[in-house]
Amino acid sequence: MEDSILELKGIEKSFGSSEVLNGIDLKIKKGEFITFLGSSGCGKTTTLRIIAGLEMPDKGQVILEGRDVTGLEPHERDVNTVFQNYALFPHMNVEANVGYALKLRRMPKPEIKEKVKKILELVQLSGYEKRMPQELSGGQKQRVAIARALVNNPKVLLLDEPLGALDLQLRRAMQLELKKLQKKLGITFLYITHDQEEAINMSDRIVVMNKGVLEQIGTPDEVYNHPMSSYVATFVGNANIVRGKIVQIQGEEALVEISTGKIKVIIDPNREQIGQEITIAVRAENILVCEECKEALPAVILEKSFSGGQLRMVIGLEDGKEIIASRYGIDSHVQIGQKVCVGWKPADAIIVDREEQNDEKETF
Amino acid sequence: MTKKKHSKVFLTVAPLYLFTLIFVLGPLLYMIGLSFATNNDSWGVTWKFTLENYKKIFEPVYLQSFAQSFQLAFFSTLLIMLIGYPFGYFMAKLSAKWKKRMMLLIMVPFWTSSLIRMYGWIIILQAKGVFNKLLMALGVIDEPLKILYSYPAVLIGMVYALVPFMMLAVYSSVEKMDWSLVEAARDLGASPMYAFLTVTLKLTLPGLLSGVILTFVPSMGLFFIADILGGNKIVLVGSLIQDQLTRGSNWPFAAALAVLLMVMTSLMMYLYRSITHVKDLEGIF
Repeated sequence: MEDSILELKGIEKSFGSSEVLNGIDLKIKKGEFITFLGSSGCGKTTTLRIIAGLEMPDKGQVILEGRDVTGLEPHERDVNTVFQNYALFPHMNVEANVGYALKLRRMPKPEIKEKVKKILELVQLSGYEKRMPQELSGGQKQRVAIARALVNNPKVLLLDEPLGALDLQLRRAMQLELKKLQKKLGITFLYITHDQEEAINMSDRIVVMNKGVLEQIGTPDEVYNHPMSSYVATFVGNANIVRGKIVQIQGEEALVEISTGKIKVIIDPNREQIGQEITIAVRAENILVCEECKEALPAVILEKSFSGGQLRMVIGLEDGKEIIASRYGIDSHVQIGQKVCVGWKPADAIIVDREEQNDEKETF
Repeated sequence: MTKKKHSKVFLTVAPLYLFTLIFVLGPLLYMIGLSFATNNDSWGVTWKFTLENYKKIFEPVYLQSFAQSFQLAFFSTLLIMLIGYPFGYFMAKLSAKWKKRMMLLIMVPFWTSSLIRMYGWIIILQAKGVFNKLLMALGVIDEPLKILYSYPAVLIGMVYALVPFMMLAVYSSVEKMDWSLVEAARDLGASPMYAFLTVTLKLTLPGLLSGVILTFVPSMGLFFIADILGGNKIVLVGSLIQDQLTRGSNWPFAAALAVLLMVMTSLMMYLYRSITHVKDLEGIF
């Protein structure tokens, strides 16, 4: 309780008639690297802007270190933001950009110079003090933006898709660097991204957002391996979603009847019963494709593509539902149009959208 | 191949060069030449080099006219800045629909001759005019103010005639503003005012300065406003030149006055360039 640095209580926000945030409740621990993950339009940027004070919530509270800051102006809050487009002042050099917050606090010039020098060292931009923003590369601009936001020593650093504009290699390098920086400084980072890899690589906890609500909050392992909703399973784990009905239970193993066959799934006997409809998620890499059917569903290969060292197959079940399967390496055995069978190990099927968590969703 | 292409391009733009040469450079050179020629007492000029025309400018009566022009231009530009900048700023923040409407409102007056609009101001400002009647009806004054044919009337006319240029110049630069920069400043701890001064104003300075150029320069030359609303009490350089050309029929002196005015204008342009250039390197404060 005491170590929560930032707390959101029932935040709601609409723009005109469209509801962007629909009751956000969250406690963020001190020194935590927390990531808001969601597709564009899920409300993650709006949440960040509300924390920064750039947007006012319609309802709810923002509590920073036990103090209600909901009504405070951005400059009255101890949080700083790294903006998506960097937002470096084009008419100031790197030193003036980074020193902006210090200068307006009337810090003596030599002291500003010293602090700026130190923080630039930290982001590995020593010697760039006199450069203008337009003379910097994307990655360098990013570092300046981070330095500028950190120089104030904020309680929470908000990062709005800061690596979005960088190329893949640089992005990976910056991910590691940011994580290191965060560990070193011990500052709470609130990071926003739509890239699940980025979220998994960097975060202590991930908050998965969808349509203005928090779908799931948990460690990367929890969110990836134990998704609670079909949205989290598909967005974070690229999972396939299948619905079915339990027809038989034997210990922890249940036989589930789906539209085109029966298949085994591990269940929780305390929560699932015979006759119950369940939704299961199976990640693409856990889909087994075999040429002879045993305990599996008959299907046909529709598409094959190779990218990022992975073979991706689109497989059609008999009722037309598509299942995505992926493999490392090129699997030359299967051909498009070939009849195969798909299945999965019972333990790889994860039950999601359990009713007790998602009452509302089911009734709608 | 490329040579042929080049000559073709040249041919297409040649009329433009020709036009500029004949109608801009020609008269300009003629005027400069004229300013060094000797005036005949009866009629016309003798092409004999002299500096008399420039010396004549330093006679107190003419110097005063320059001083008066500068003073008027300074104050009208100041007023125009104070009115035009906020207007342009807030106009740029309107919705697209309202931007169009405001733009139309700014443009409409230009469809009427500015001379006629100045006569309109006579009707408004005269002793029994709209303005005095309104103030008296509101009980602000008991007797009509004598505004017409005075310095304030000329100032009002100047500001009225030139403020649209400032509005548009400021508008276009505020429109280009990246507002996330202001948000960044606010986020870093700047109050709204500090953010405005250090970010918005700095980045819209080119617009403001070009507005200043667009208003300061013409306000030294718009003699008909001073003539119509100032009742010949205020003699601007513009009216002086016109006077020397027509009634005084001293063309070389008129040319010398015009050349000096032009030099001062160019100086301002140079200043503008160097200021905005400095901005690119360092920032002004």
